[in-house]
Amino acid sequence: MTVQPPVAAPAIVPPAAKLRAKGVNFYYGSFKALHDISLEFPANQVTALIGPSGCGKSTFLRSLNRISETVSGTRIEGEITLDGEDVLKMDVTSLRRRVGMVFQRPNPFPKTIFENVAYGIRVNGLAKRSEVADVVEKSLRGAALWDEVRDKLNTSALALSGGQQQRLCIARGLAVGPEVLLLDEPCSALDPIATAKIEDLLVALRSQCTIVIVTHNMQQAARVADHTGFFLLGRLIEHDRTDVIFRNPSKKETEDYITGRFG
Amino acid sequence: MTFRNLRRKALNNVMLSITGIFALMTVSSLFLILAYLVYNGGRSIDLDFFTELPKSTGEVGGGMANAILGSAEIVGFAALIGLPIGFFTGVYLAEWGGATFSFLVRYMADLLNGVPSVVIGICTWTIVVRPMHTASGIAGGIALSLMLIPIMAKNTEQFLREVPRTLREGALALGAARWQTIATVVVPAARKGIMTGAILGIARIAGESAPLLFTSLNNQFWSNPFHEPTASLPVMIYTHAIAPFDDWHRQAWAAGLVLLVLVLAANIAARWIMSRGHAAVRG
Repeated sequence: MTVQPPVAAPAIVPPAAKLRAKGVNFYYGSFKALHDISLEFPANQVTALIGPSGCGKSTFLRSLNRISETVSGTRIEGEITLDGEDVLKMDVTSLRRRVGMVFQRPNPFPKTIFENVAYGIRVNGLAKRSEVADVVEKSLRGAALWDEVRDKLNTSALALSGGQQQRLCIARGLAVGPEVLLLDEPCSALDPIATAKIEDLLVALRSQCTIVIVTHNMQQAARVADHTGFFLLGRLIEHDRTDVIFRNPSKKETEDYITGRFG
Repeated sequence: MTFRNLRRKALNNVMLSITGIFALMTVSSLFLILAYLVYNGGRSIDLDFFTELPKSTGEVGGGMANAILGSAEIVGFAALIGLPIGFFTGVYLAEWGGATFSFLVRYMADLLNGVPSVVIGICTWTIVVRPMHTASGIAGGIALSLMLIPIMAKNTEQFLREVPRTLREGALALGAARWQTIATVVVPAARKGIMTGAILGIARIAGESAPLLFTSLNNQFWSNPFHEPTASLPVMIYTHAIAPFDDWHRQAWAAGLVLLVLVLAANIAARWIMSRGHAAVRG
């Protein structure tokens, strides 16, 4: 699908971009929230978007699967492509099946654990009735949750802990086989142990899909991301390999933020 | 200093007592009605009330079996017509409505809700009873459904709006279409509230007499609710209470008690469903 170098060395030779944004502007009514954002997300890598509150990183993330357009009064300009296809013109349901999303607070449906994971398969008609259970198990294993819930698949998802709920939401996203997974501060409501589990999971999931994570936590970006983009006041200030951003940023704003001088 | 404090304390107690007294009055008026009904109705009620037809004028005894069945039929018609219309209107208002049209629909629903029930009776008489050339149970059902629709629509809209945005986004982000999201996530999440509202709405219209006076009228016998005047408990209470016979008064009390017990039971059931509903949503 993508052209990989014969010897896998992704940190040195970045693979082809899976998802590409070019000149994206975003408006809430008359307020311009994003200014001319151009950013590429390499396939099977983790890209972190960091920046202070209100800098537009979540808005940008939410425009990648067009969940942003469910808020009335919003408008987007520019170009976003997924494998070269125009995201803004694509059928929105097939786009969202290909580009999954995990939200800031765990939002399991008030249904059983099984039904939560099976939901995406059912609404998209992706598997035969007999195969649903297999996909559910595979997805829960993929989200490192299977061993904790295998005996209570038919109990309410709301009885799980916050960290388990968030991994359930990841499993729910994985069940439809997304090519890209967007995560909007997925650990902000979780304790450090649950956070560590999610971070390990993200690194492991890289082989399955391209990951974009918005995070407030710079250590988290440093731990999980191959690439990092720094947002400030609706602009993308700098974008590079994570180690470069954290050790040797080229912009003063980035350095100030990384070293904790503001934000 | 101490005087100020004393005065504040005294004022505090006075205000507390005043609100308490009024609260007590509210509660006691309900209990007064209840006790009076149970006292009068309880003395009058017997098995005949549930199984016998009304006796002809002047005769002692008999019951209101036809009115109990008639009320069930009329309220059943009203629910069959009013609940779906109200429900889908509520879904539209909460999920799709554009600003202007929604405003209009909501405003109309409020107006309809405020129309005096006797006026609804007259309108239904003009629209349904006159063309049919007869009062009927179904005409009564239509009149009551006109009262049920706005109640159901408002209630459905309110509970759908309370479903958190994040839940909708979760479904949409999995590639669910908007109608799928509404049908499989939003409505089920609000299900208990909507059901509670439906029960309370039905309980509310079950006691109405004015819309039925012109539409289903009354009947001393069993009737076919599709094309014959049909007896109902509220109208029976009315006709029996204004009649000059002691035995009819007795029957009116019994009918009042039965109606009240049914409405109270519906209220309690609704509260019970609701308390379970919250437990399920919050986990």
